[in-house]
Amino acid sequence: MHELAVTESLLNTASDYAIKNNAQRVISLNIIIGELSSIIDDSVQFYWDIISENTICEKSTLVFNKIPAKFICQSCSEEFKIKGELRPCPVCGSMDLRTTQGDEFLLESIEIEKGLEKIDE
Amino acid sequence: MSKKTIPIVKKIMSANDQIAEENQEFLSSKNILTVNVMASPGSGKTSLILRTIENLSNQYKIAVIEGDTAPVTIDSDKISNLNIPVIQINTGGECHLDALMVRNGLEQLDLCNIDLLIIENVGNLVCPAAFRLGEHFSIVIASIPEGDDKPYKYPNIYRGIQSLILNKTDLLPYIDFNIDYFKRGIEALNPGAAFFPLSCKTGEGFDKWVNWLKTRIQEIK
Repeated sequence: MHELAVTESLLNTASDYAIKNNAQRVISLNIIIGELSSIIDDSVQFYWDIISENTICEKSTLVFNKIPAKFICQSCSEEFKIKGELRPCPVCGSMDLRTTQGDEFLLESIEIEKGLEKIDE
Repeated sequence: MSKKTIPIVKKIMSANDQIAEENQEFLSSKNILTVNVMASPGSGKTSLILRTIENLSNQYKIAVIEGDTAPVTIDSDKISNLNIPVIQINTGGECHLDALMVRNGLEQLDLCNIDLLIIENVGNLVCPAAFRLGEHFSIVIASIPEGDDKPYKYPNIYRGIQSLILNKTDLLPYIDFNIDYFKRGIEALNPGAAFFPLSCKTGEGFDKWVNWLKTRIQEIK
């Protein structure tokens, strides 16, 4: 539901790095989304197409790398992935679990097209 | 023309996190304990804040930031009627408060000698979880009519909180709500969160919440 704010933040970060690196335009963005981060990639894409118009990121591709939620059982130290609804530890049945992965929402890298290097550089 | 990959590895929410950190530093420097209250609409956020004010205002100076999606002053009027400094932030339809909105709110509030700042977030169990505001801790208010499956359906909101309030316990005789099932969900997401079943209507269980909050206020002094 808050994907517009998130997408604006993404645009600002990517544009900053692109300009700092003398990009002519941004070709693609590699984004990491953890399953627990509650970000809907389709929705980010929808806003992206609108708000990136007339910016250095216009017509760039969003590449979403999704990573699953991982938990570690505090009772028996079993590490396991959960898709969908929360479940107890598959080994000992404990519900005392800690998240080890799945919260992430990161801009990992951008691919840019550089202009011609200046001769005096 | 040449192509190049620029490594970044930056949290996309880091701009908000940065402002939230500045807000928290500012509030800590003034010894103002700040609580972010999150819940779904109708769970009793304003009722809990009003009753908390009634219980604590003879001992502590309290201020409130009210987050609302529309410029309707129903909640903030109830609070200002108790002679409590209150500022309302209209999010203009946005589903959450963010750190910048709170910073603007802080600039408008008279924070002189304030001990406790309560921020009532927009009623929503999804988006507020993603936006830190500068609070010292956050709480969620769940309520009996919402059902006992909410921790399983909206896990993110329960994960970073220090305290969970289960409101409207006076309705337990009339509604199928399995407290053990509800608690198991919370313990899986957030072991150690303080749990306060209470009723803002009857006052049952309210003392424990107030005493816990008093301890938190003392800790920041």
